[in-house]
Amino acid sequence: MATATLSQAELVRYSRHIILPEVGLGGQQRLKASRVLVVGCGGLGSPVALYLAAAGVGHLGLVDFDEVDASNLQRQILHSTSAIGRSKLDSAEARLLNLNPYVKVERYDTRLVAANALEIITGYDVVVDGTDNFSTRYLVNDACVILGVPNAYGSIYRFEGQASVFATKDGPCYRCLFRQPPPAGAVPNCAEGGVLGVLPGLVGTIQATEAIKLLLGIGRPLIGELLLVDALEMEFRRLKVRKDPECPACGTREIRELTDLDVGCVVPEAPRERDISVLELAGRRRAGRDLFLLDVREPHEWAIGRIEGAELLPLGELIRSLDRVPRDRDVVVYCKGGARSAQAADLLAQAGYSRVENLLGGILAWGAEIDPSLPRY
Amino acid sequence: MAITVNIPTLLARHAGGQRRHVVAGTTVREAIERVTRDYPEFGKRFVEATLPGNEFVTIYLNDEDARFSEGLDTPVTAGDEISIVSAIAGG
Repeated sequence: MATATLSQAELVRYSRHIILPEVGLGGQQRLKASRVLVVGCGGLGSPVALYLAAAGVGHLGLVDFDEVDASNLQRQILHSTSAIGRSKLDSAEARLLNLNPYVKVERYDTRLVAANALEIITGYDVVVDGTDNFSTRYLVNDACVILGVPNAYGSIYRFEGQASVFATKDGPCYRCLFRQPPPAGAVPNCAEGGVLGVLPGLVGTIQATEAIKLLLGIGRPLIGELLLVDALEMEFRRLKVRKDPECPACGTREIRELTDLDVGCVVPEAPRERDISVLELAGRRRAGRDLFLLDVREPHEWAIGRIEGAELLPLGELIRSLDRVPRDRDVVVYCKGGARSAQAADLLAQAGYSRVENLLGGILAWGAEIDPSLPRY
Repeated sequence: MAITVNIPTLLARHAGGQRRHVVAGTTVREAIERVTRDYPEFGKRFVEATLPGNEFVTIYLNDEDARFSEGLDTPVTAGDEISIVSAIAGG
């Protein structure tokens, strides 16, 4: 791998690295010549980008298309209160360059999709997967396998985390571990399932550590191993991940082209038969049409804000409490973003309700388009 | 024979909220079936999550992926730990 020269100021800055025999001057020069792509500047991407910038990784690519939201700040330590409403890339770049002006930050203000993933990832030495959905995780995996770029993987849910290194030359990939993504709605995301704020700190620093080890060629990276982190028990377990000869990505190599998946907790974008838009609902309410508005979120979300006239019945209690949902009225179900309510609408339909609709985009869409006084969360 | 079955958070709410179950059994399948018998909703979710072509959980016996042994028919002995590991995607 190429190396780069270090100025006097950089030698001072990185002196605690340089005195490590495992890093040394050569290693630090190598870090400066390295290129790492961080996909997602959220919970995981925050500590990853901060530590890689601090460590002197010379070229950091950042992929994100989102804006900083107040609800991000409990864990996304790249961003500050003053950055609420700004693009995450703006916020991240300013913070990283303030931390280490010797780092070059390259911005990719886009969602990583099949059409751009190979082009974006090409030329990077390591990719760090800090995404928040299955579609992008499988995309990152498949692109890294196709291009032969190692993927320092991490993911989190509530109090649990996972980390590994995938797509190295002889190592396994994410699909060796989980062949297929779960069906839509089977696994909630952080917004719906919650996450302990420091957990991405724990897992992200492991990803950053693995990325630096890969760049320097030192130690034993988590290749062929899955690290499970349980923050509640403070338990770290290592499980073996074998390279699967039947794996469609790195085994049989039948995946030669990337495809966009619509899976996991992603709210379906295409309207379904039972969907109703916020504009349509607002119109019906103005017209005085009778309807039963059912909120299937959790009580703490209800306390933040609700659509007037709704009744609360959390998704988990729905089946046990069907007697609270009238069969002789039009029922419109909503949640935060539309995923849980779609599940609830399906459940009600299966239970014989014929007049049930799901509010597309949930209360977030209602707040954005109908009632701006509703707080975003 | 006491076998521990570890269930991911995602499925534990269907198994009495417990993530760790100590059961008896001579194979991975038998041990997991002890849990599914007590918690049918967990059983339903487990079957869904392990259907061929839709496998978003991986079953480990101690630190080895059971698919590379005899899968659900892999024999277990006292003290073994079965872990159902679910894909998670938060970031």
